Amino acid sequence: MKYSSQAVAKPYFIAALVLFLAQIVFGLIAGLQYLHGTFLFPELPFDVVHMCHTNLLIVWLLMAFMGAAYFIVPEEAQTELFSPKLALITFWVFLVAGGLTVLGYLLVPYSKLAALTGNAFLPTMGRGYLEQPLPTKVGIVLVALSLLLNVSMTLIKGRKTSINLILVGGLWGLALLFLPAFYFSTDTVKASFSWWWIVHGWVEGDWELILGALLGFILIKMTGVDREIVEKWLYIIIAMTLVSGIIGIGHHYYYTGAPAYWIWLGSIFSALEPIPFILLIVFAFKMLLARRREHPNRAAMQWALGTPIMAFLGAGLWGFMITLAPAQYYMHGTNFTAAHGHLAFFGAYAMVSLAIISYAMPILRGRSANSALAQRWEITGFWIMVLSMLGITLALTGAGIVTVVLQRAADNPMGFMDVQDKARVFFWIREGAGVCFFIGLLTYLTSFFIPGEYSYDSETKRALS
Amino acid sequence: MQQVFTKAMARNIFLGGAVFFLIIYLALSYDTWQQIPQRDHADKMTASVLRGKYLFDTNDCAGCHTVNGEGAYFAPELGNVYKRRGPEFIAAWIKSQPTGVAGRRQMPDFHFKQQQLTDIVAYLQWLSNVDTNHWPPNIQG
Repeated sequence: MKYSSQAVAKPYFIAALVLFLAQIVFGLIAGLQYLHGTFLFPELPFDVVHMCHTNLLIVWLLMAFMGAAYFIVPEEAQTELFSPKLALITFWVFLVAGGLTVLGYLLVPYSKLAALTGNAFLPTMGRGYLEQPLPTKVGIVLVALSLLLNVSMTLIKGRKTSINLILVGGLWGLALLFLPAFYFSTDTVKASFSWWWIVHGWVEGDWELILGALLGFILIKMTGVDREIVEKWLYIIIAMTLVSGIIGIGHHYYYTGAPAYWIWLGSIFSALEPIPFILLIVFAFKMLLARRREHPNRAAMQWALGTPIMAFLGAGLWGFMITLAPAQYYMHGTNFTAAHGHLAFFGAYAMVSLAIISYAMPILRGRSANSALAQRWEITGFWIMVLSMLGITLALTGAGIVTVVLQRAADNPMGFMDVQDKARVFFWIREGAGVCFFIGLLTYLTSFFIPGEYSYDSETKRALS
Repeated sequence: MQQVFTKAMARNIFLGGAVFFLIIYLALSYDTWQQIPQRDHADKMTASVLRGKYLFDTNDCAGCHTVNGEGAYFAPELGNVYKRRGPEFIAAWIKSQPTGVAGRRQMPDFHFKQQQLTDIVAYLQWLSNVDTNHWPPNIQG
């Protein structure tokens, strides 16, 4: 660790991983409810489980992004963090607020939670990912302001690298794009239209900047490739992200009440959205081939190279599958979208978070890399999780095909629940793959408890004998 | 390559591209915003419809159902449910839940009063008249 204030990243990373574990538990419960509708009912209705699953996803990714920012920004700026104390206070505020919110979901009926938290005063609740009560949303803004103050002041007083500019700029965008969460039109079509400013703006726009910055930082550190080359690549990649992605938002507007011109605009521009992910793969592997050193943290390299590939599959390929208007006419609102959502969120944002955690955590624990044994556990966890998530994705795609064939495109379309019964086998496969994913996550987490650091001498000796 | 195409040029493409397409998006959104009230018959959003929407949101209906394809995929599409089932069926169905049939997916008991059921049905009726460019493909949603 170059600057002692980088240490504030550690609690963020640990909390991110604990929340990740909780997210998967809720995912397993939700998946089981697809198969056995009365499981945990009425104590935990599906919508509550679903809400916990998706909200924990967002919270743990934000935890990881914030931890990454507190780790990367000082190192890139070559100066101590503006206020490590503020970063620590912010961490506890965010963790407690997040925990209380999930408890609220679990213990209080949603309508009562709305009544208790002043939703009638300013209605914001009841939209996907934005289910949080008003006080939580205000808390998120305060946490974001604290983060922005801290990283911006650090950036201002230090060296202004492109990676830092992109990262801090991305965090500003993340915070600004959250603000429409406070605008919930009484007109459902307008509400849906503006909901995508946040959701699409984050995952198909701004977060790709953060992803690029994180990956660029890791690759510079691990390969020793010239910063100028890495940063030029980054600008080209994020330029393609926004050139395709801003008008590409139109692929959410085909069938939700917006004018028909979005059918053409959305199809054309969103069809280009895989390009930045293809560039990201080329970039990562070019940097690998041009490397000037062998970094002992092989696990981190595994995550850094896996991220663009899995992000391309999930966001690029599965996204493309459902993006053109004639295809989406049949696939909209089916498990095709769930398949895409799972692989894209995992492949892009979960994996890049795990990549920076993999790189930074050993350093935060006072070593350049973990012992070879710990890395083997981590890499085993990597493969189990990646393959399991592909399994989940294929199973959900199968369920989506069943819906399209029997319900959407059939001459005598079947009703929703009858079709769900026909797709049962795929929901079983999904749940099985989910259990495997959980095992993979436990394997990955185990690696943190294997002591010792990477020692070049002992590894060489072991390899030779 | 390094000399011909510099980092500064790449950054300018990024900034220029972002600003250019953002302006186009804002212009298109403004136009969309003007068109939406006609497309969704905003003049038909009565007090009952608005109350129904509030109940719909604060009971997290879209946590299981989809509305015009958006929401969760655990329960049927509601954008066209008014046309699929009709008002009496919808109110009776909500009241009869949960069925408690072992293994079947359940809808919670929301303890709605008669007026609230009327409001929810009014909202669903309003929803069913939104111009969604002919989606869903058929009445099953």
